[in-house]
Amino acid sequence: MFKILKYSFFDLMRSSWSYVYFAFYLVLGFVLLFLNNDVSKAVITLMNIIIVLTPLIGTIFGVMYFYNSKEFTELLLAQPIKRTTIFMGQYFGVSVSLALSLILGLGIPFLAYGLFQSSAIFEFGLLLVVGTFLNFIFVALAFNIALSHENKIKGFGYAILMWLFLAVIYDGAFLISLVIFDDYPLDKFSLIATMFNPIDLSRILILLKLDISALLGYTGAVFKQFFGTSLGFVLSLGVLGLWVILPVWRINMKLRKKDF
Amino acid sequence: MIEVKNLHKKFGKLTVLDGLDLSINEGGIFAVLGPNGSGKTTLIKCILGMVIPQDGEIIYDSESILGKSDYRNKINYMPQIANFPANLTVLELIEMVKNLRPKPANEDDLIALFGLESHLEKKLGNLSGGTKQKVNIVLAFMFDSNLIILDEPTTGLDPIALIHLKKLIQKAKSQGKTILVTTHIMSLVDEIADEIVFLLDGKIYFKGSVSKLKEETGEKHLEHAIANLLKKQYV
Repeated sequence: MFKILKYSFFDLMRSSWSYVYFAFYLVLGFVLLFLNNDVSKAVITLMNIIIVLTPLIGTIFGVMYFYNSKEFTELLLAQPIKRTTIFMGQYFGVSVSLALSLILGLGIPFLAYGLFQSSAIFEFGLLLVVGTFLNFIFVALAFNIALSHENKIKGFGYAILMWLFLAVIYDGAFLISLVIFDDYPLDKFSLIATMFNPIDLSRILILLKLDISALLGYTGAVFKQFFGTSLGFVLSLGVLGLWVILPVWRINMKLRKKDF
Repeated sequence: MIEVKNLHKKFGKLTVLDGLDLSINEGGIFAVLGPNGSGKTTLIKCILGMVIPQDGEIIYDSESILGKSDYRNKINYMPQIANFPANLTVLELIEMVKNLRPKPANEDDLIALFGLESHLEKKLGNLSGGTKQKVNIVLAFMFDSNLIILDEPTTGLDPIALIHLKKLIQKAKSQGKTILVTTHIMSLVDEIADEIVFLLDGKIYFKGSVSKLKEETGEKHLEHAIANLLKKQYV
């Protein structure tokens, strides 16, 4: 698997998009830290950007890479390598290179800022962990969609729709349902509904850590009340892990019957 | 050497292979023929494990191969359309394939034979169709395997390269290897094939030597003999 991972990784490292993505985070990190001078505010702004942007980029890169490497994949399939090895190698190649852009792009400005003296190191570390999780989750979801659709345009469309749904529409529908069913006890419903959206879950995870109750919102407050800060933290991290494992598992299942 | 038993493959509602049985002995050149869409490529891809049949069994070197991957180390495959990752150079591609196969390769002779030295540093996306096909041939012949599968190997080749290809095929045969080739060029079949496997409606319609086919159909030319086989289909 590492051979494939290596080839996919270097293939992506050659594409200018990886550098654009890296440069974006680099600039963002520098601007937020050095013009703002308030680390915890910078972390919140970064959170808002990361939880929307990393899923989007992960989705687009995942789908694009899958379809663009069709030839590469066909070549590999004729070699004595297991199918799962090929696709897991490609999956980790894409995910790791995107995660690296994120971690290096934000890490460098924070190091330059003197992060290790700051008390915000844990918040910042969590931000990177969550961003990396979202990356792995959405690349896996994108691979799932691409595997199920032979047609590039369709696959791309569904992938973007998935992102739009989880990043924007889900929240809206969730809020509307809270308003409509105002008269009922909604604690459990909102807890469960949050688990089903990795983006919401990430947001709550960071806000729990930051302990800013004003920003927690309804679900966050319920979450905190229900689990307490540390249990909620561990639980949401675990569910994020499940969000990686289940799509990856489905990729492997799907591969068994796929014709190339 | 290869034993295909009762192979079934459907793509949606379209039945491509319908209980195909085929046995291929070691050594010799086998031409897999048949009209467009008769399942030649699907059969080959089933042997390679790229297409997964609904039912049936494939045995290679007395081992069932469905769902396995290591056996591909003993098969050289040349795909129909030379699709390569566009941003790799020819040399990088060859190195990569060598890296992925745990056996020695002799690519230098083949590169020289097809005059690819000047193309080695070029990206595959910038090569012409014929040059890509030559790279494809190098990849297929650079390993020493007992089974060589060629899917439409002549597409886009210039006459000199074609002569080299035929020589390569003959040489492989003289080494006792088995070569499975699909093509629509009947003169090539007439020239090199020891045996013909004719696919029709997802089954083997005819299997035997070229002379046997000519005899059975009562035609002198292979092209006409094949056309004769096909005619029966359209009547």
